[in-house]
Amino acid sequence: MRARRVCLALAGVLLMAEVQAEPLPTGTSFLSDGLKAQQADEAANPGMLWVAEGERLWQTPAGVADRSCASCHGAVESMTGVAARYPAVNAASGELLNLEGRINRCRTEHQGAEPMPYESDALLGLTALVARQSLGQPVRVETGGAAAAHHEAGEAFFHRRQGQMNLSCANCHVDNAGSGLRGDTISHGLGTGYPVYRLEWQSMGSLHRRLRSCSFGVRAVQFAPGSPEYLALELYLAGRAEGTAIDTPAIRK
Amino acid sequence: MSLAPARVSMPAEAKAGDVIEIKALMRHPMETGYRVDSRGQPIARHIVRRFSAEYDGEEVFAMDLTQGVAANPFIAFHTVATRSGELVFSWEDDRGEVVTVRKRLTVTG
Repeated sequence: MRARRVCLALAGVLLMAEVQAEPLPTGTSFLSDGLKAQQADEAANPGMLWVAEGERLWQTPAGVADRSCASCHGAVESMTGVAARYPAVNAASGELLNLEGRINRCRTEHQGAEPMPYESDALLGLTALVARQSLGQPVRVETGGAAAAHHEAGEAFFHRRQGQMNLSCANCHVDNAGSGLRGDTISHGLGTGYPVYRLEWQSMGSLHRRLRSCSFGVRAVQFAPGSPEYLALELYLAGRAEGTAIDTPAIRK
Repeated sequence: MSLAPARVSMPAEAKAGDVIEIKALMRHPMETGYRVDSRGQPIARHIVRRFSAEYDGEEVFAMDLTQGVAANPFIAFHTVATRSGELVFSWEDDRGEVVTVRKRLTVTG
């Protein structure tokens, strides 16, 4: 009896390991053929309007230093692969920064400019532009070392039941991923297409805006965009998305 | 949000008689005028009223837009390449703002 139980448990572990090896399907795979085609077509994807705005800002000098992104980084192609390894811990300050945070850090430290407000078209545009440079590249974030504590906090957040609905992220995005909810398909919660153009918003939005919608959905506390709670969760989601290709700017319903 | 930018995608070259596809994407809130803000005050209507495309001085496509069209309207249409010339695309909204994009088409053969 005991031997059989051990066997079953072992089989379970092996099965888990097998499931983990294959990257999870992104939200894009749940879109209709029409929306998939629109997302793939640069001329039709409305998110490219924000990418174009990002291109303009990349060249625009700002702040006391009167320098643009291009003054230090050169062509935006130098950002290839960057989005695939964010969020990451900043070596100098020890803080966990996502792409938005990293861009604003450049603004305050190197340009001597005001940080761009979260969810502003300017920050969405620059973030989408930088993330776009990693299109098709597999996500590979550092979850150990200095990032370990943040990753653990994010994992705990993901599995903690919260809000009036008493649901954890995992209740939907692990247990029921692929099932229907309110006319849409529940994703695996990878976030590899963000910032995304969401039809419900009629606009571009950040991952943290989406997380606020999720928190609202389960009637839980909505944290501020850029808050430590959502940053840690973003790192955990990126860890789950290991090996999944970046597809910014994605379209979501 | 200001009325820029707009993006137009089309081939730069075509053979005479070819049917070419033109895709126009414009950034606009397309506010319906039916919504209210967080204090219950109506949000004024702000929509693109008309989109048109001129090819070598002749209007080849036009569209009247209404409050039923989603934000950031995407318009795709076809035309026949006849001779080399300039295509002028314009969007005019109900506040009188006009955005114009010009593209050159070279026709061979």
